[in-house]
Amino acid sequence: MSSIPAIAVISSTDRRSRADARHDAWFRRLLKVCALLVLAALLGAALSTLWGGREVLFGQGLHFLTSADWNPVTDTYGALAPIFGTLVTSLIALVLAVPLSFGIALFLTEIAPTWLRGPVATAIELLASIPSIIYGMWGLFVFVPFMARVEPGLSATLGRIPLLGKLFEGPPIGLGLLTAGIVLAVMILPFISSVMREVFQTVPNRLKESSYALGSTTWEVVWDIVLPYTRSAVIGGIFLGLGRALGETMAVTFVLGNAYNITSSLLMPGTSISSSIANEFNEAVGTHRSALIALGFLLFVVTFVVLLISRLMLRRLAKREGA
Amino acid sequence: MAVDVYVRRRAINVAAMLLSGLAAAVGLVFLIWILWITVKNGLSALDLKLFTRITAYADEGGLANAIVGSLVMDMLALAICAPIGVLAGTFLAEYANRTKLGAVIRFLNDILLSAPSIVLGLFVYVIVVLPMSNLTHGAVSFSGLAGAIALALIGLPVIVRTTDEMLQLVPGTLREAALSLGIPQWKLTTQVLMRAAISGIVTGVLLALARLAGETAPLLFTAFGNNFMVANPLDKMASIPVAIYQYTNDPNPALHAIAWAGALLITLFVLLLSLCARWYLHRHRVTHD
Repeated sequence: MSSIPAIAVISSTDRRSRADARHDAWFRRLLKVCALLVLAALLGAALSTLWGGREVLFGQGLHFLTSADWNPVTDTYGALAPIFGTLVTSLIALVLAVPLSFGIALFLTEIAPTWLRGPVATAIELLASIPSIIYGMWGLFVFVPFMARVEPGLSATLGRIPLLGKLFEGPPIGLGLLTAGIVLAVMILPFISSVMREVFQTVPNRLKESSYALGSTTWEVVWDIVLPYTRSAVIGGIFLGLGRALGETMAVTFVLGNAYNITSSLLMPGTSISSSIANEFNEAVGTHRSALIALGFLLFVVTFVVLLISRLMLRRLAKREGA
Repeated sequence: MAVDVYVRRRAINVAAMLLSGLAAAVGLVFLIWILWITVKNGLSALDLKLFTRITAYADEGGLANAIVGSLVMDMLALAICAPIGVLAGTFLAEYANRTKLGAVIRFLNDILLSAPSIVLGLFVYVIVVLPMSNLTHGAVSFSGLAGAIALALIGLPVIVRTTDEMLQLVPGTLREAALSLGIPQWKLTTQVLMRAAISGIVTGVLLALARLAGETAPLLFTAFGNNFMVANPLDKMASIPVAIYQYTNDPNPALHAIAWAGALLITLFVLLLSLCARWYLHRHRVTHD
């Protein structure tokens, strides 16, 4: 008598566990599809811009990259000027932001009193949450007039140095590559400094304490112990900032001047890949639009490579820590 | 001679410390400078009329339709990226934590996190705006929906990452306890793990909102902007960041004032949101350990 209900129980739990297994499989599939969407987004961004820019990318080939002649009226498009502008402004941004970020990270991990560290770190990271259009407005209405007053001084002092002086010649109108580079530097500062701060904190205390015990100064500990230990991650952080700077649009569009120039002077107006796209896309048709999408493809590929390097370098330290 | 070395080392050390303090001061100066200018110009331009008038390139311009457009697109974007992001993050934490696929997706998600937003705008232009305009013969081209999809792409990696991290913080004993009771994996995930990590996941969604609410570049050629009050996501749609961009590009100083008011609104919204999320996350993490 008792065996019959037992069988019924077994078969019902059996059915139930089979249903559970089926639900599990579906659930897993659903999650996987969502995760694969992340891959699809990146791949789609690359392929769609490649497709949208095919007319110019495949029609002109290398000529698109090497020609500096960008003229929608005659329908000729060479990307050299925007590429030049993007690289120069990002480079200026790095030159300014890397030492500043290092200083900030040093201040926040070794020098500042403990009660000050949290608030200052949060404040610096708030710079990263300010929308880039605000940087653009502040740049145009406040920083450009400020630079217009500073630039004559730059030309008169730095401009006199042979060779280097070439960088600081030109009309002091405030708009231009240097101004855009400085605005970008402020924007990427929080990214680089927070990576540096985080990795500096991972240095084992015993290493630092050993060095202090041997009589090192704070600076020597940071320069000879902390920095070598975290070198790969620091480079990763710098590349992260570079990736941000290359792709930034709204902050530079207002202050760059939007002129297709390739000049040796940093005070001259220029353009960048992202600001060309933002400024011209909605008025562009046909080949012009294709050329702008092709610029977008270039930007995506370059930032992808830079960010890839950044993440690989950052992972190197994380791996060693895990080991 | 020996004393010289000590003096020099100490001098270098003092100089380095001073310079690093100076660097922190420079960072703070820029933060205060930007916020001060935004608050000063924004407050003096803030007017109730901005909330009742729609965008126009004359002195009587407002922001009403831009505020509505931003709300519609931000909410739509969240509705798209929050479920996908949470599920994708769950996949990474619970199903693919140590697999190669999981490592690759996590890695590429971090890249998507800092990918240039203007390229994501172009992407949506090519895959949404162009096909829609071809299918409807130009009746629908730029649309609030396209804008929302572009914004969703900005928010997605933030949510994926926070969900992944938050689920990994849930103690393994919870999983083992639930599994030992015979609960199927999907129930364990949705009813035990997600419940344990819910505050962290919500924070991730808020952080994503803070990030995408201020974006301008991806909206320029997806939602385009509109000088009429529109709530239909298939129509061109105004938004606060794009309205700021257009007002700033106008030579009329009266419009610059409206742009500053918009800038103040969006900055306050974004900063408060990210500060709250950060504070919440911090508190949560501490109690979890």
